[in-house]
Amino acid sequence: MKNKEPLILAVVVIFSLITYYLVEPYAHHVMHKHVESEHFAYADLPALDKTGDATRGQELVVGAGACTGCHSIEVAGMPAAMEPQMAAASYGVNPPDLSNAGVVYDEKFLAQLIKNPAHALKVEHKFTEESGKMHPMAQFFGAGGDIDQEAADMVAYLKSIALKAEEVTPKIAFENACGRCHAMSYENWTQMGEKPSFKDKKDELAFDIKVLEYQDSLKAYMGKLPPDLSMYIRSRGEHFVSTLMENPQSQLEGTAMPRVGVTAEMAEKVIEHMKDSGDTKRAERESVGMNVMIYIIIFAIFALLWKKQVWRDLH
Amino acid sequence: MAHFTKATSVKDWLNQRLAIDKVEKVMMSEYWIPKNINFLWAMGMVLVITFALLLVSGIFLLMYYQPNVDTAFYSVNYTIMRDVDFGWLWRHVHGVAASVVFLIIYIHMFTGIYYGSYKKGRELIWVSGMLLFVAFSAEAFSGYMLPWGQMSYWAGMVITNLFSGGSLHADGLVEWIRGDYVPAQAFLTRFFMLHVLLIPLAILGLIGLHFGALRIPHVNNQEGEEIDFDKEAKKYLAGDKAGSKVMRFANDFMSKDMMVVGIYLIFFFYLVFWNYGFAMDAVNFDPADGLKTPAHIYPEWYFLWSYEILRPFSIDIGLIAFAFAQVIFVLLPWLDRSPNTVPANRRGLFAIWFWVMLVNLIVLTAMGKLPPEGIFSQIGFVSAILFIVQWLMLPFITMFEKKV
Repeated sequence: MKNKEPLILAVVVIFSLITYYLVEPYAHHVMHKHVESEHFAYADLPALDKTGDATRGQELVVGAGACTGCHSIEVAGMPAAMEPQMAAASYGVNPPDLSNAGVVYDEKFLAQLIKNPAHALKVEHKFTEESGKMHPMAQFFGAGGDIDQEAADMVAYLKSIALKAEEVTPKIAFENACGRCHAMSYENWTQMGEKPSFKDKKDELAFDIKVLEYQDSLKAYMGKLPPDLSMYIRSRGEHFVSTLMENPQSQLEGTAMPRVGVTAEMAEKVIEHMKDSGDTKRAERESVGMNVMIYIIIFAIFALLWKKQVWRDLH
Repeated sequence: MAHFTKATSVKDWLNQRLAIDKVEKVMMSEYWIPKNINFLWAMGMVLVITFALLLVSGIFLLMYYQPNVDTAFYSVNYTIMRDVDFGWLWRHVHGVAASVVFLIIYIHMFTGIYYGSYKKGRELIWVSGMLLFVAFSAEAFSGYMLPWGQMSYWAGMVITNLFSGGSLHADGLVEWIRGDYVPAQAFLTRFFMLHVLLIPLAILGLIGLHFGALRIPHVNNQEGEEIDFDKEAKKYLAGDKAGSKVMRFANDFMSKDMMVVGIYLIFFFYLVFWNYGFAMDAVNFDPADGLKTPAHIYPEWYFLWSYEILRPFSIDIGLIAFAFAQVIFVLLPWLDRSPNTVPANRRGLFAIWFWVMLVNLIVLTAMGKLPPEGIFSQIGFVSAILFIVQWLMLPFITMFEKKV
C-alpha cells in the first residue's frame, strides 16, 4: 500500500499556513497603516551648518536666551526653581532639565526647537492663531547677532555639558525623552520622577497628591492623560513605538503628542528601557527556549526509535 | 463479599481489589486499533497532551492570578510576567496551548468528516466530540476575560451582548449573565469560576464520555474497511502480528502516538518561545478601559469563522445564522444520509462538499478578522451564505450517493 502520510502532512501544513498568513500578517497589514522609519534623520528640518561655540552658547543660555528662566541645568549647578507639580501648573508640563538635552536630542532638532518650538515639535496644529493658544516655550528671536549662529552656540553648550552617548543608560534616555508626560508604574516611575519609598504613610499620600496635581495640569494641557508605558512594548511593538517617537503625526494624525526629537541611538535606548519594563524576561526566554528545544528534540528522536522498534514486528 | 486470599505481591494485592490486569487489557494491551491508519489518528493523543499542558500551566498561574478588576491586569503582567520565577513561561505555555489546541481540534474534526468517522455506531463519538468543542470554546472565552485587558473587556461586552437576541431586546438576560450593566467585578469573578472549575469539570467528564464512546465501535480506518476485531485480535494473540489487521493500543499504537507527539512538541515549543504573538493579542496588553473602544474588535482566530457568519447580516438574521452555525456540526451524522463509511474522495459529490466546506471556513476565518469594508464584507457575505447553503444541501447530496 502506498504511503499517503507525506501527502496528508503537506495538506495539513499548507492549509494551516494559509490560515495563519491570512489572519496574522495579512490582516494586520490591512488593519494597521505601515509607517516606514526615517531613521531619525529629521529631513524636514534645516541642517545645522554653523559651528557652535560652547562658551558663547553658555552666555546665551543663562543670559539673552533666557533658557534658565524656566529650565533647570542641575549639572551646571542650576536646580529647578519650582517643584514639578508647580511647574506643570504654570506651563502644562514640567520644563525639562537641560543637563543631558545635548546628548539625548538631535542637534538639528534642538536648534529648530530654540527658534520655533511648535514647528520642531510638530504641534503647530494645536497652537494656531484661531486657537489663541501659545506654545508654553517662548520662541527665541535672537540676541542681536546671526540667529542661526546663536542657536548653534547654545546647542554646542548643551552638548558640552551632557553625558557622553555611551554613558547614557536606557533609563536616563527614557526619563529625558518620555518621562515628564508618561508614567511607567512597573518601573516605579511617575511624571514627577521616581517614586521614593516612604516610611510614613502620610508622606506617601502627600507625594501621591502632588502626582495627581501634576497629572491634572498635564491632562488640561494635552487633552488627556498620556498613557502609562509599562506594557507598551507588548501592546504596540517596537516598530510602532519607534516610528511614533520619530513622528507622532505619522501614526496618530492630530495627536497632541509632540515629536520627541531623539537621536537614533537614544531611540534605541528608550526602546531598551521599555523592554526592561514590559518584556523583562526576554534573555531568559531565549536561553530556556534553547534548552527546551534540545530536550524535546532528544525526546522526539527516542520516540521515533521506539516506534520503529515496536512496529518492526507489525509489518 | 468477594473472596480474598493473602496477596503474593503488590500487583496481586491490587489485582484482587481493582482488577488492574483486566483494566490494563481493556484500556491498553487488548484495546485493538486497526493498522491501516495514518498520523491523523494520533491527534487524540496530541489533544490529551495539550490539555495536560493547559491544566498544569493553569494550576501554576492560578497560584498568582487575582480575579479582581483592580488587580487582575497587574497580577498577570507584573506578578506573573516579572516577579514569579518562570511565571512568563507558564503564561506563554498556557496562552499558546489555548490557541494551538483549537488548531488540533479542527484537524481532528475534519479528519473525522473526511473519513466518515461519525457513521454507523460512531455517532456518539462525534456528538461527544462536538460537545467538547463547545466546552473548549467556553473555556477559551472565559479564560480570555481573565487578564482584564482591552480585548478581554470588549470581547466580553460584544459576546454577552449577543444574548440580548437582537430585536428581542432581552437586556435583562444580558444583565443576568454579566451580573451588572457592563462587564465589571461580578462578571470577572463568575468567568473566573467558570474557567477554573465548572467548565474544566465538564471537559473532564466529556473526555471520559468521548473515550467511552470510542471503545465499542473502535476507531475507524483509512479505507473505511469493516474489520472483525475479534478474529483479527485472535490472529494477533496467536503470534501472527504481521498478518493481523489490528494492533494493540499500547504499546503498538502508543509508540506512534508518542512519535507524533514528539514532533508536535517541537512545533509547539517553537511557538511558545519564538512566535507567541498570534496567541497573545497585542491589544490585550492595554488594561481594560470602558471608555475607550479599540479600533478593531475581533475574537481569537478559532472563533472568526462563526463571527463572520454573524457579521454580514442584519442583527436578527445574523443571530439566527450564528445559532445555526453553532449547532449544525453536531447534527452531521443525521444530515449525512449516505450509508458509506469511506473516505470522502470515494464519495463523489461529497468529496467536493468536503473541500469546499474546508476552504470556505478558511475564507470565513480570514474575513472575520479583516475589517468589514468593501470587498471583504462582500466576500464574507457570500461565504456565509455558501456555508448555510452547503449544510442545507448535504442531505440531498448524500441521499443519492451510490453505495460503494
